[in-house]
Amino acid sequence: MIELERVTKIYPGSEIPAVDSVNLNIAEGDICILIGSSGCGKTTLMRMLNRLEPITSGFIRIGGESIMDKDVTALRRSIGYAIQQIGLFPHMTVYDNIATVPHLLGWDKKRIDERVDELLDMVQLPPDIFRFRYPRELSGGQAQRIGVTRAMATDPPVMLMDEPFGAIDPINREVLQDEFLKIQEKLKKTIVFVTHDIHEAIKMGDKIALLDAGRLVQYGTPEELLTQPKNQFVKDFVGADRALKRLDLLKVRDAMLTNPTHCHGEDPSETVLEHMIEKDLNFLLVADRNDLLKGYVNLDDLRGHHGNVRDVVRPMTLTVRPEQNLKDALSKMLSYDLGIVVAMDDEGKIAGVLNSRTLVSVVGETYDERGGHWGKITTKGRII
Amino acid sequence: MSENKEAGTAGRIWMSIGFLCSFAAGAYAESLGFFTFVKENPEEIWELFLDHCQLVGIASSIAILIGVPMGIFLTRGFMRRYRNMILNILGICQTVPSIAVIAIAMTYVGIGKTPAIIALVVYGLLPIVRNTVAGLADVSFVLLDAGRGMGMTPAQLLFKVELPNAVYIILTGIRTSVVIGVGTAALSFLVGGGGMGDLIFTGIALVDPGYMMAGAVPTAGLAVLLNWLFGCIEKWIVSPGLVYE
Repeated sequence: MIELERVTKIYPGSEIPAVDSVNLNIAEGDICILIGSSGCGKTTLMRMLNRLEPITSGFIRIGGESIMDKDVTALRRSIGYAIQQIGLFPHMTVYDNIATVPHLLGWDKKRIDERVDELLDMVQLPPDIFRFRYPRELSGGQAQRIGVTRAMATDPPVMLMDEPFGAIDPINREVLQDEFLKIQEKLKKTIVFVTHDIHEAIKMGDKIALLDAGRLVQYGTPEELLTQPKNQFVKDFVGADRALKRLDLLKVRDAMLTNPTHCHGEDPSETVLEHMIEKDLNFLLVADRNDLLKGYVNLDDLRGHHGNVRDVVRPMTLTVRPEQNLKDALSKMLSYDLGIVVAMDDEGKIAGVLNSRTLVSVVGETYDERGGHWGKITTKGRII
Repeated sequence: MSENKEAGTAGRIWMSIGFLCSFAAGAYAESLGFFTFVKENPEEIWELFLDHCQLVGIASSIAILIGVPMGIFLTRGFMRRYRNMILNILGICQTVPSIAVIAIAMTYVGIGKTPAIIALVVYGLLPIVRNTVAGLADVSFVLLDAGRGMGMTPAQLLFKVELPNAVYIILTGIRTSVVIGVGTAALSFLVGGGGMGDLIFTGIALVDPGYMMAGAVPTAGLAVLLNWLFGCIEKWIVSPGLVYE
């Protein structure tokens, strides 16, 4: 459907091409993701497809027809265009925004009315409520939906989307992505989709084109990119996220240090303080006789204190269970500035401690497959 | 509910204050012989008032017809590098005292309405051009990109996206220009252009406060009225989708 042949873009006054001799074939009905870090040329490449950026050399054909042969406004009107910051016209109602291209093409009012209602229904925004709202009266998610809807107004076979879900919170983004995929399943448009989020790329893409410094590094299905990365760059690009994704999969049990040092509530403060200074500890967990977690004490609390540790213990309410995943543990760990999170079993006993170093090493291990500069972990979670 | 009541009370207090002030002003004006003069010469005042309106109307229309397109022109790609130069020139015109502009205009075109109008146009141009440029330059690149990407021609982009989004700022410029023009037009009497300046300057020359006020009060009233009128135009013309504080 879309063919790119040795497409090159050199900005005037620059020696280095922004897009360097890219060859790409996008099949009809596919979502092709252009991905890469910022400045890799992905947006430039997309913008060349509707000639928002003039092509320096090479050929682009859409539906077998060179885009240079077409009138530029006619070309743009025939391609759906949705952009990152949504770009809804603030002075127009939702209706007028969606009707932008139909108006340009001179559709009659009745046809536009029907189309707008149909599209609003499709993205589950009741037309009677939303038709005459202004963009400022929409939530971020609603505005984004309208932005995508506007690009679909004339049912163009090809759509260009530049991080269309970029400016939105992660939860709503997931919802919108799912919605969009559902719509795409029915409509089967050919979509060129720019993103820098590998998550989104893997989720949305039929094909992913990974770009670096204007060059196409690898083009393939998401599976191919994950399982057969062509080189270290691809591995890094996909892997950086894979490591974090691993936090979802690993359990606290796999990474925690079992049997951590702790003191008892009845211990005299002076002894504990001495012990902590000797071991160079800033804080220490406190448990009772039955190993039930009471909280923790820190160095400053103990200094000059006479009596039992239990009098100065600080409560620790955010804990995890060993079967929770590391992502939960990390978020709880960040709530305290201790750099640890305590794992408790069902009875409230201390099962283990997870510290930030262990966590990092788990991520690090997955990040660098050859053993890692973070050090490996053993089955018991101790760092070697 | 209680808030409404409070607002109502405050409004009533302000209204009473305003009423008292205008009453006091009226009493004072009467003591200066303002009303007597008005009663005796209604036709003359009315004629000069229309004269004044005509001056402002013609000059402002010309200033708008030149200023807005000029502002648009200056924001088009090819003109951008001349933008600051032209704005600076207009800025210098603005710093020259209005009476000097009128005097200069007179040296070239003689006396009458023409030099007055020329001076008013020159003087009123800057706020319009400057605000048109500012308003258009303020339109987000994202909107232009969206419009262009959807296949708008440059003209469609200008009329459907740029101007509607810039119109508030442009109108503010026009409003400023017109209100300044109402005041400046009083000076046109000096070159034989007529207008309320006739009454004001004669009043000053004769040390006749009633005479003078008969020129000053309607002039001030006209400025306030036009300002209010532009407020209404603004509400009517600026899209409710755009919010300005």
